[in-house]
This record gives sequence, C-alpha cells and structure tokens, in this order.
Amino acid sequence: MEPLSHAFKERSVWALQDETLQVALNRAKDGFAVKRAKAVGALPEFESLRDRAVDIKNHTLENLDHYLERYADAVERSGGKVHWASSAEDARRIVVEICQASGARMITKGKSMVGEEVGVNGALEEAGFEVVETDLGEYIIQLAHEPPSHIIVPAVHKTRGQIADLFHQNHQKYGLTRKLAEVPEMVNEARQVLRDKYLAADVGITGANFLIAESGTSVIVTNEGNGDLTCSLPKVHIVTAGIEKVVPTAEDASTLLRLLGRSATGQDMTTYTTFTTGPKRSGDTDGPEEYHVVLIDNGRTTMLGDQFREMLRCIRCGACMNHCPVYGAIGGHAYGWVYPGPMGSVLTPLAVGLKEAGNLPNACTLNGHCAEVCPVRIPLPDLLRTLRHREYQLRLGLKPMRWGLAAWVWFTTHPRIYRMGTRVQARMLALLAGRKGRFRRMPLAGSWFRGGRDLPAPQGETFMAVWQRRQRGKG
Amino acid sequence: MNPGADSVGAGAGSGADARPRVALFVTCLANIYRPNVGLAAVALLERAGCTVEVPLTQTCCGQPSYNNGDLDGAAKTARQTIEAFEDFDYVVAPSGSCGGMLRDFPRLFASEPGWQQRARAMAEKTYELISFLTDIRGMTSVDAAYPHRVTYHDSCHGLRALGIKEQPRRLLGTVRGLELAELADSEICCGFGGTFCVKYPEISGRMVSDKAAAINATEAEVLLGGDLGCLLNIAGRLGREGGRVRVYHVAEVLAGMADVPGLGDPRQPKGGS
Ligand code: SF4
Repeated sequence: MEPLSHAFKERSVWALQDETLQVALNRAKDGFAVKRAKAVGALPEFESLRDRAVDIKNHTLENLDHYLERYADAVERSGGKVHWASSAEDARRIVVEICQASGARMITKGKSMVGEEVGVNGALEEAGFEVVETDLGEYIIQLAHEPPSHIIVPAVHKTRGQIADLFHQNHQKYGLTRKLAEVPEMVNEARQVLRDKYLAADVGITGANFLIAESGTSVIVTNEGNGDLTCSLPKVHIVTAGIEKVVPTAEDASTLLRLLGRSATGQDMTTYTTFTTGPKRSGDTDGPEEYHVVLIDNGRTTMLGDQFREMLRCIRCGACMNHCPVYGAIGGHAYGWVYPGPMGSVLTPLAVGLKEAGNLPNACTLNGHCAEVCPVRIPLPDLLRTLRHREYQLRLGLKPMRWGLAAWVWFTTHPRIYRMGTRVQARMLALLAGRKGRFRRMPLAGSWFRGGRDLPAPQGETFMAVWQRRQRGKG
Repeated sequence: MNPGADSVGAGAGSGADARPRVALFVTCLANIYRPNVGLAAVALLERAGCTVEVPLTQTCCGQPSYNNGDLDGAAKTARQTIEAFEDFDYVVAPSGSCGGMLRDFPRLFASEPGWQQRARAMAEKTYELISFLTDIRGMTSVDAAYPHRVTYHDSCHGLRALGIKEQPRRLLGTVRGLELAELADSEICCGFGGTFCVKYPEISGRMVSDKAAAINATEAEVLLGGDLGCLLNIAGRLGREGGRVRVYHVAEVLAGMADVPGLGDPRQPKGGS
C-alpha cells in the first residue's frame, strides 16, 4: 500500500470533520477498553502472565535465528514448504508464484496484517486471481476498497448503514436484493456469499498469530471460524507471517494466547483457535494437499539490531489503539498506512521512513495509556520519543520548531535572564488580558486557539519575584 | 542578598534541626502563570515539617527539548537543574509531569557516567508535591475548608509514571465541606501533551472538549488537578464554552489558598490578595 502518512495532519482534520466516521468511532469508544478491564480484573495472575510473555518474547528474539531454523525444519518434516521473503516485494512474488504453480483461480484469505503490510491482495489481483477476504470486517473493507482502520476490527470505522449499503450494492449479483437493516441479517448474508467462495477456492491464505518452533505449527485466532475454512478447504494453504511470530513451544503460545484475547477484545479466549501443521497426511479426512509458509522479514532484522527491538514483541492485540485518545478521535485511516495507533506510529516510520511518516511519532501526548495496557510491556511512548530524536538528528522536523527549541535551551541555561524574561512576560500578559483574565486570541499563538480554547492569563507576578520579595522582607 | 547563596531559606533556621531541607522546583508554568501554586506548595511543605528553599537558578525541567527529540538540549537544561538542586535532602515539584522529567534525567546521560551518577542521585530524592506530602512526610490530613463540589482530573504523567491517584483524594477527603464527585474517564488524557497541543490543535481540541463534557457532567463547581499544563488547557476550553466551572491546582485548595480567582477567571478588583 502506498503510504499517505505525510498527509497525516490534513487527514486527521478530515477525520474530525467526517460526521459518519465520528458516529462509528463514538460507538466503538470505550467498548474494548471496558471489556479488557473486566477480563483483566477477573484474572489475578494477569500481571505475572505479562512478565512471562515478555520473557518468552525476549528470549525468542535473542535466539531468533535458532528458533526460526527449528520452526522451518519442523515444517519441512511435516511435509510443508518454507519460503523466506526478505522484502515486501519478495513476499508478493513468492505468494503469486505459489498460486500460479497450483493453477489456482479463486483465493480465499483469512485476516492477515502482514498480508496488508506487503500488499498481497493487490499483487494477486494484478496477476489475475479473484481474491476474497473471509473475515467479516476484512470482507466489508474489501467491498469498500479501503484499507483496514484497526488491526483487530478492520471495519470499525463503518456504520451499520454504510455496511448495509455496501452489501446491497455488491450482493445483487448473487440474487440477494433485499436491503438489510439488522446486524444478524447482514452477518448471515455475508456467510451465505462466503460459503460458496470457500468451496470454490483453490488456495487459502492466512496469517499467523504464533508459529510454534517445536512442532512447525501455525496458530490463528478468529471469532468467526473463517480461519478454519480458509486453511482446510482449498487444496493449497499458504501461511504468511512475520519472522517475529515464532515462539519456542506450544506452552509458550498458550501463555501468549491467554493475554491476546483478553487484551484485544476482553475475551478469555477467542471463539476459534486454529492450529495447522503441514498438509493433509494419508488417512486425514480433510486438509490441504500443499502447505506453504512465507516467512517475511521486511525490515524486522534491522529492528532486531537497533533500539526498536522491543517493538518485535508486539502480538498485534490492538489494545494500544483501543486506549489511545488520538486514535479514538481520528480513527485509523488518518495514519495513512497499514498499522494505526501507537504501535503503527512506531512501525510506520520504520517501514516507510521518517520523511514520509514523521508526523506519526509526534502526534502523541505521551500520556502513556498504551504502554500501561500493552500485554508485552512495549514502552511505546519511549520508542516514539526515540523516533522524535532520530527525526531531530536527521533535521527533518520543522525549522521554526528547531529554532524555538534552541532559543528555549539558551534561555533556560541563563537563569538571571530567564528570571527577568519570565517576569516581563508574566506582567505583560496579565496587563494585556486585563480584567477578563484570559485571552480569546493572540497574535503568533494561533495554534493554541485553533484548538477551540481560550488561554488563561498569568496572575501577573512570577513566583520567583514574589518569593524574592518575601525573603527580602524577612531578612 | 546573601553573599554566595543561590537559595534563600524560608525555614526557622539552617542549623542542625531535623527538618529536611526541601528544594522547591516550582516549574516554569507555575512560575509564570500561577505563583499562587508555588506559594501553596511552600505552605504545605512547611506544615509538613520541612524547611523549604527555592534555588534561584532553577528554570525549566527540559521537557520541551526532551519530548521534541533534542536530547542534547534537554541535557544542557538538566545539568543546570542538577547543579541547582543536588545538595538538598529532597526536590519537590507541584507537577507530576515535571517531577517525572527530573526523575528521567539519568536517561539523558547514557554516555556521561559522572553526570549520570549525579542525575541518578538527584532523581532518587525527587518527588511530586502531593505524593511527597503523603508518602514521604506521612501527611494524612490538612487544615482547610472548601465548601464546594469538586471533581478531579488525573494528569497522565503523575498517574502513570509516578503512581499518583489516591494521594490527592485522601487529602481532599479531609478538607472541610469539600464534596468530591468523581470524573468519568478521569484517567484519559486531556489533550495538552506539551507542544502536542499546538502542533495538532484540532486533535488536541477534540480531546479537551471531550474532557470538558465529562467535567460538566459531574455538575461540579470546581475542577482540580495536579499539573498546570493540563489545567491551563482544560480551563481554556471551559472558558471558551462559557461554563461556570472554576479551575484550581489541588495544592491551592489543600493549602487553603484558593481564595484567588481560578485559572482564566476574571480578575478581582484591587484589594484581593
Ligand atoms: S504494541 Fe502492545 S498493545 Fe499494541 S498491538 Fe502490539 S502487543 Fe498489542
């Protein structure tokens, strides 16, 4: 996907003005946060689970080459094939080639964020395949030709009315002409359409929540069961996964699973947890004939070697965006690429460059709510600040900001001048504000007022001035 | 002026009494906008048995630089602060945000072990005002009256970096006549975020208007909080909406010094304190 992150400012303003979007966002607001809080509250060992998860992830990342090899060996032993993709381009090419070699026409897909990251759908469609998303949310945004706006609930930005319209437009060709109003009806209609697609599909592509090194198993969680049908019905199953998804054992995967559902949607466990290992064996009643895993690097080994390694612990639960007030105000599309919210504001600049995405790490109040809820304790605000530092070093930020900061540092390291300067400033502002005690506007400070707020005026004297006078009086 | 002295003592004596010597880091916002917060902090600290001093060479905690990627600039400001404050028993700031920044100083000196050592030593004795009063000085009540319905906003840095949540509520509970109405979403950011509020004013504006709506829903007469940045932002929004809610720093109420106009309120005619 072509990044649009450079236009974050404009896009965020549009988002704030888009009334339909605001309805959808308001409806979603707090829902997940409240559910998560409930689920976490009901599990006394949640904090110790988090510690264990951090240990598991750190240990695996420290020995990533070892566990990836173990995983790949186990996949091959079970009859599957492992492909290594170092870039997004590699990943697209490999997936297209597998589909072409199998003589496929129809491809079903389970939800996969790494698939979005490398642009699998576009490549497949360009190569002439019909691609159908089977996760309900992904299906909706596919019909709307939009990228996901959330990593767990990709169509969270859509209202019920918009979805009804989309179905009405797109399902006529299947003889489904009635305009629906209720959610269960819509779910049923989508199921009906998708059922035929499952049966007709030649290839099923899924992501992976975890890859288990000891057994070569991939794990996906869904609430709709679409993952099962996508990986077991077609004769070819392709798993696309980032290399950081590997964990040593099934036990480790289950520790992380206990955190994932609770952090994401407040569920103790998602409705379906699907384990797949290799192709169908002789005697198996179902399963694919071919089983491929595409292991995708796409910048991850670079992260492994620098200050952003901790970001590779991410299990894509979405809790950080569910608790982010900026995400809550503008939704996911404003961020302009695949991953929105706090985790996206770290990942996007690393993937598409700070020049393109420099706004994202800055568009954050560093309030810390994301880090507080991240199940694998990723210090997201610190990573965002590190990106700001990198941006500063590369001189990518706005020049006036740089000058302003330099001036402030000089001012703060000359205390006598600082005391005088602040004294004058406080006095002047208080005088200018007069009786009213606040400003409704002020030249050169327009940005403050563009936030729809007044500026309270100072009391008039600085604290230092009051204090010094008081001390003199005492002496 | 005391020759050679950069700080001016306010305590009874500077001799060998057991009162801890506390240096007040007043914060740049309180210094410029709200000296009353600094005075309230001094009063509370003295009531908690401390000798309060105010190093005159103090300026800013360095967050504007630190949070905008200028780590060298932040380190320069920090050195200045460390030199001014390191000789005291404690460093106390009426702000979780600035107090949290002072505690983060060691991070600025990863490649300067000497300074890092000094930064760490200072960070270890640095506290936010209210939590210092309760957790370190064991203050359990205040002698103040404030017969109003108030609500409280938990500023993010104090809440998440320093664990400040119960402490102000405990002390507010002992203020005569004060009724605390809890704010829905009191832990959600108000949208200030330092330079964030001017870099992304539209997003910031949405966040603070959500905050204002939650405050109005409590039907409180007064909003309190522990960080002037957030309070200026919220008071600015409440003022723009033309509402009646007044805004004070929690220290002003706890010290019994909220008898001046609130943030952004019309000034009293001469004669008030
Ligand atoms: S950064 Fe943490 S909270 Fe955000 S998606 Fe990843 S694991 Fe979840």
